[in-house]
Amino acid sequence: MLVVLLLATLVSVLATVGIIYTLLRESYGFFQVVSVWEFIAGTRWAPLFEPQAFGVLPLIAGTLLAAGIAGIVALTLGLGAAIYLSEYAPDRVRRIIKPVLEVLAGIPTVVYGFFALSFVTPLLQSFLPIPVIFNVLSAGIVMGLMIMPMVSTLSEDAMVAVPRELRDAAYALGATRFEVATKVVVPAALPGIVAAFILALSRAIGETLIVTIAAGATPNLTLNPLESIQTMTAYIVQVSLGETPQGTLVFKTIFAVGLLLFLMTLIMNIVGRWVVRRYTERY
Amino acid sequence: MEREQPPLGSARVTSAIAASVTRPRFSASTLSTWRRWRDRFFFVLFFASVAIGILGLAALVIDVMTDGLGALDFSFLNSYPSRHAGESGIRAALFGTIWITVGTAAFAIPIGVGTAIFLEEFAPDHWAVRLVQLNISNLAGVPSIIYGILGLALFVQAFALDRSVLAGSLTMTLLVLPIVIIVSQEAIKAVPEEFRDAAFALGANRWQVVKTVVLPQAIPGIMSGIILALSRAVGEAAPMLMISSLVFLTFIPSSPNDRFTVLPVQIFNWVSLPQPGFQAVASAGIIILLAVLLSLNSIAIWIRNRYQTRY
Repeated sequence: MLVVLLLATLVSVLATVGIIYTLLRESYGFFQVVSVWEFIAGTRWAPLFEPQAFGVLPLIAGTLLAAGIAGIVALTLGLGAAIYLSEYAPDRVRRIIKPVLEVLAGIPTVVYGFFALSFVTPLLQSFLPIPVIFNVLSAGIVMGLMIMPMVSTLSEDAMVAVPRELRDAAYALGATRFEVATKVVVPAALPGIVAAFILALSRAIGETLIVTIAAGATPNLTLNPLESIQTMTAYIVQVSLGETPQGTLVFKTIFAVGLLLFLMTLIMNIVGRWVVRRYTERY
Repeated sequence: MEREQPPLGSARVTSAIAASVTRPRFSASTLSTWRRWRDRFFFVLFFASVAIGILGLAALVIDVMTDGLGALDFSFLNSYPSRHAGESGIRAALFGTIWITVGTAAFAIPIGVGTAIFLEEFAPDHWAVRLVQLNISNLAGVPSIIYGILGLALFVQAFALDRSVLAGSLTMTLLVLPIVIIVSQEAIKAVPEEFRDAAFALGANRWQVVKTVVLPQAIPGIMSGIILALSRAVGEAAPMLMISSLVFLTFIPSSPNDRFTVLPVQIFNWVSLPQPGFQAVASAGIIILLAVLLSLNSIAIWIRNRYQTRY
């Protein structure tokens, strides 16, 4: 029986081995044809058209632009909400608002994609010059709404852990609630807040459906949030839904892009957890 | 500057006197007004963050409802997809979702709970065990599309399962496995050590303790965690999009080897169609999907409240 439990435990190890092996094996085939340098430093991404080009920078730029917009939205709203919930809200209000906000994290991403396309984009188009319906701003904002509860919950957990005595000391010196929040609580909880932000950004980088539906399918090396772009995840979806035969060079691109995505999110997750462990104050 | 500011409240009179000696009178009173206004301003701002989040949620729900309620009727539930928006239905996707969810549960529950029991009750404090634990939390952060790539290469191609219910369930199993393991571990950890000690003192061995003391206490927590993990699987589109692809299915899977589609994939399909009528159909599909998720979550919360014991 113990052997059965051990075998069950091995499944999760095999999953990791499987992911790394699959990504590396197919990427190896890809990098036999396209040099790593051409992939990493190339500024044109067009594997599906002639002449082909395999520079992944436009996909990275698109991904980071979308995640960056989401990050700004989520950090502003999430941190504000966390400060309100931990420093201002009466307990009764907090117990109602928290689960409502967390509903946002449970809504399927395909629903957010629909919301971005059918509500947020028309809303933005009413006052911004957005040329085509697909734009990274709308996708980024909606993605920010999606990851906001992650930022607010994790940040609030860090703030609640700040001991009461620190707050009381500041109040005793005559500080206002705002001063207590920003000069005592937030600095003390900063590692938790930074980690929450990193983990939420990593979620945004790996998010697929919102950007596939609302941000378009145009690999585009740009910083303009009103343009259509393509993220790494959206590219993987595009190829896997297309007519590309398996085993071809074009099909192998999804493994190379997938490997890059895997590494980016893995590093961010490790850094996020490291920040918490390394810098959390113990009281 | 900051430190020289007079404190608010009871000590104000003395500090005002002190301030009038060291500094011009007006600076003390204007500063405290400024600080009070700043406090109020940011209170409004912080509250606004919460309000924007809730308004976003409300806008989403209203947007979906106004678009979709009109298209929602029994024939929508009972029809297959069609080229005509008015005749399209969600039957194939609904049954596909049930197949995938049941299949995922069949694999993920024994493997996930088994892993949690092993890690919490049997595993020694060894570097290899800590590595396994670290690996599980890393797997929980892997983007879902990566599981799609893995499923495509491993189950669809290498295991030659084709784009079947089985391949989809196995892919989904790997995706929810870290969640099932972590929530089960939490539930097992919550059982007080004294309970185990008491059973050991009566002469029970490890197995008997796990079977008769730990699991019965932990099962409500494990159950509600599993339901939340499965609701994640129900809403997950990216890996299923890669495994099932955008097929036009006019049948219900009758065996694990059949092709399938699921609710989020069907919704994605409708969202990406340019004809205007399909927006309403997509919204109607979203209402069904959200209703399924809402019921799953309510069951999880009900189990937690009904059976949760506090120690």
